Amino acid sequence: MSITMTERAAEHVKSYIEKRGKGIGLRLAVRTTGCSGMAYVLEFADEVAANDEVFEQHDVKVVVDQKSLVYLDGTELDFAKEGLNEGFQFNNPNVKDECGCGESFNI
Amino acid sequence: MALLQISEPGQSQAPHQRRLAVGIDLGTTNSLVASVISGSATVLKNEQHEWSIPSVVYYSASGEPVVGSSAQENAASDPFNTIRSAKRLMGKGSDDVSNSWLAEHYEFDFDSGSIPAFKTAAGNRTAIEVSANILSTLRSTAEKTLGGELVGAVITVPAYFDDAQRQATKDAAALAGIHVLRLLNEPTAAAVAYGLDNGNDGVVAIYDLGGGTFDISLLKMQRGVFEVLATAGNTALGGDDFDNAVADWLMEQSGVSALPDQGARRQLLRLARSLKETLSSQQTAPYELNLGESLMFRGEIHVDTFNSIIEALFKKTLPSCRQVLRDAGIAKSDVQAVVMVGGSTRVPLVRERVGEFFEQTVLTDIDPDQVVAVGAAIQADVLAGNKPDSDLLLLDVIPLSLGLETMGGLVEKIVPRNTTIPIARAQEFTTYKDGQTAMALHVVQGERELVADCRSLARFELRDIPARTAGACRIQVLFQVDADGLLTVSALEKESGVVASIDVKPSYGLSDGEIEEMLRASMEHASEDVQKRALAEQKVEGSRVVEAIASALDADGDQHLSSEERSEIDALVASLKQSLEGDVSDNIKLAVEKLEAGSSVFVERRMNASVKELMAGQELSELERKLVTDTNVED
Repeated sequence: MSITMTERAAEHVKSYIEKRGKGIGLRLAVRTTGCSGMAYVLEFADEVAANDEVFEQHDVKVVVDQKSLVYLDGTELDFAKEGLNEGFQFNNPNVKDECGCGESFNI
Repeated sequence: MALLQISEPGQSQAPHQRRLAVGIDLGTTNSLVASVISGSATVLKNEQHEWSIPSVVYYSASGEPVVGSSAQENAASDPFNTIRSAKRLMGKGSDDVSNSWLAEHYEFDFDSGSIPAFKTAAGNRTAIEVSANILSTLRSTAEKTLGGELVGAVITVPAYFDDAQRQATKDAAALAGIHVLRLLNEPTAAAVAYGLDNGNDGVVAIYDLGGGTFDISLLKMQRGVFEVLATAGNTALGGDDFDNAVADWLMEQSGVSALPDQGARRQLLRLARSLKETLSSQQTAPYELNLGESLMFRGEIHVDTFNSIIEALFKKTLPSCRQVLRDAGIAKSDVQAVVMVGGSTRVPLVRERVGEFFEQTVLTDIDPDQVVAVGAAIQADVLAGNKPDSDLLLLDVIPLSLGLETMGGLVEKIVPRNTTIPIARAQEFTTYKDGQTAMALHVVQGERELVADCRSLARFELRDIPARTAGACRIQVLFQVDADGLLTVSALEKESGVVASIDVKPSYGLSDGEIEEMLRASMEHASEDVQKRALAEQKVEGSRVVEAIASALDADGDQHLSSEERSEIDALVASLKQSLEGDVSDNIKLAVEKLEAGSSVFVERRMNASVKELMAGQELSELERKLVTDTNVED
């Protein structure tokens, strides 16, 4: 079981945490909502809960709860740019199909 | 594939539910848009990688308006169709415009609408429409960058903007399809950007010298709450004036007495501006500009020369600094920090002198051009509901007192200046005449005692008041100022429940420096005003006495008075009426006293008659008991 992150994504996470002034890392999760079943959650992590797994890459901690990890295993987090818009992107091998906007998905 | 941003713990939005909100600094010279992205407020760049666009719009005969740098390129070749500094005309009327320097630079249409419009190749454009074009451009940059539609924006305005100017800003946003979450005073936004709510409690001064406006504000922070203690400033002072002064100096140096056209003036202003910018970091700046035969500008300017050119302009900011300290009752030594905002605070002389004034080193950590937009973005993020647990609450103040006209042309202040908003204040008024069924309410703004010396904001009437004797009706007048500084006045007659109200949207705003002038006048005329008030009050009292005696005489004068007595009272009434024509308060007072003395017999007889009427048919014992009870009550 693992989650990876590109170096570019890690750099952005580090700078956002620094500007925010607190936080131990990034929390990734999925929740059951959205137009095709599941949606990604991307939040600052202030603490690690008992059933969390922690992955560290490029000096950034990624916190994932065990339930979400089932759906996220093998995911690579990337940072991308589309015109003026820039942000994080999940490259998740488990996904069968996703809605047009890519914010929610099915397994 | 949508690109995601990092949310605060527990605040992730459902897909398609992200609430995108921005902060917009709609400036006189430049405009910016910022948003909170992955937890940090960032100024958004457009496709040309600019984080700030000139507040300039170019109107051509065909096609869409052009906004920003590309518009500015036309300033020299097509000056009349290249509109800049439109913010100076927001909420202004024709009189203000024809007296403004803008009237020399542009052609205006004063006739076809209630507000003046720039005459352009694309038709007439009001300042609101020009601002709307700028706002649409910022909105489009934001939506492209954030990847979705905006739920709303916080737009900043100078602290000195009055109701009309704030309303004009809201109208411009509506035209641009932007929902305004809140209008925020620029200095307050700067304080938010500095995160001063997280710092120690205390008083901070925000010195904001932008392109076209100057504001000085004292903010008090207490447990993370901002309160604006006092604001002052000059709505017609800024970097534009520095540029104009330097351009005049350049003409003088080169022996040029007049320029052929506005385009040449603009090129010269652009040179002046770039020299100013160079001198922020260099000791000298060379210049060379050829505008045609015998219009050659070449030479070098030293920073000392530059400082002497702008010194007089800078000094205009100091009286306002003193005023806010006085208004807030704060000593210089109580000011914990001085924040510099606005591009003109890059000028070293300004930083130095403001520091000397407040006897401390001024803060310049955050880019003074971005700080307001950044603060607005942080506030927008809170208002859009992305940080529901935030306790960031902003309080602003009203710049001038709001009141009502009362009898005699006097002002009854309901909401004193520097009251924090939003606010609701109620006061009870009553009728002046017997049987009065309507009341005219006149809402005024200003510090003076007489209505004639204040600014009229609105008039409305409360009708269908039940007819009662003078003073019997209770009419509650409520002044409400919302968080954006917009005023609603309502009047309620308590017995019948009749209500009338008005939203104050004055047709035009205060002209440049008029607010300052009003404040100064109120201080200069303080003692004169006291006398005027005394006279006006005496006149009201005199008229009331005339009114009361007349109605008593009408009712039963002949019954109680001999014709001799009657003519004596009539003479006293006539002399009181005559003194009311004059302007000597003591004469009126004397006449009132004489009339009261002269009519005392009549009043006594009327009283006795009415007591007799009351007692008729009552048992003596009953009357005694009543008298005893009354006496006890009095004890």
